[in-house]
Amino acid sequence: MRYFLIGLFCLLPSLSFAAVAKDIADDPVLEARMIHLAEKVRCLVCQSEPVSTSHSEWSQDVRNIMREKMKEGATDQQILDMLVARFGKSVLYDPPVDNETAPLWGAPFVMLFLGGALLIYQLKKRRGKVVDATLTAQDEQRAAELLNEPSSKDHQA
Amino acid sequence: MMRFILPLVLFLILAVFLFKGLGRDTREVPSPLIGKAAPAFSLPTLQEPAKQFSPKEMLGRVWLLNVWASWCEACKDEHPVLMQFSSEKVLPIVGVDYKDKREDGIDTLKKAGNPYDQVISDADGKVGFDYGVYGVPETYVIDKTGIIRFKQIGPVTPENLRDKLMPLIAELQAK
Repeated sequence: MRYFLIGLFCLLPSLSFAAVAKDIADDPVLEARMIHLAEKVRCLVCQSEPVSTSHSEWSQDVRNIMREKMKEGATDQQILDMLVARFGKSVLYDPPVDNETAPLWGAPFVMLFLGGALLIYQLKKRRGKVVDATLTAQDEQRAAELLNEPSSKDHQA
Repeated sequence: MMRFILPLVLFLILAVFLFKGLGRDTREVPSPLIGKAAPAFSLPTLQEPAKQFSPKEMLGRVWLLNVWASWCEACKDEHPVLMQFSSEKVLPIVGVDYKDKREDGIDTLKKAGNPYDQVISDADGKVGFDYGVYGVPETYVIDKTGIIRFKQIGPVTPENLRDKLMPLIAELQAK
């Protein structure tokens, strides 16, 4: 009985025949090119999702416009430029390096430099503080005693 | 003493940045269209499809372009503000019925009142796309020479009308 039920459940996936809404170009090459480009574009309505996977109406519009422009023969760069002209650089996941975004791109290096400088400064300061301890003969002897002590306590423990 | 002050100062700087970040609406993306010519188009008016409207007609006047739709919930909040503002007759307001069915647009204006001097129908959203619309309602202030001077994303409220739009409009009209 149990195996019969398991068998029945295994058949379940074959029942899921829900169709995806038609939102693709007839030409698979163009569609692949469009999706590849749309991965670089931020969905402004959903922010953390690229246009390629977003279900928002705005993203669908952008995908349609991309398809149209591609059919008209526009290059990928022309399409991205067109989007930037309308929605600003923040539509690109990978914003270009220019005067406006320079602080953003430069900040990690500035941080690295500051961190490195702080580290070197602290190390130098510490070097001055650590006293070179020279052991007296007495200290040496005591150290040797401690180290060579029969480890009877270890056995007990 | 320095051991305590330095981390405290660093913490305060970080706190200020984080607090500022909290108060920002990340949906509000600065529009690259500010300071540029309003994109040209020609679209049929909502009530009379045979009649066309083009932004060229508005040259010489400061005007407001308000993008709305009957399906847009935030537009319902904005509507009374526009009704009040329109009654003050400060400047012409042109409405763009964005990605909407003509009947639905007309119906909404009949029921709630029409604050617009002209309403145009952008049924497929092409003009909206050219204006960088991604969240309705959006409102543009366009100056006498046809340059976009300001873009409001989201509903116009009495506060930003008073603090931002009105001073800007007065300044542009005086030019």
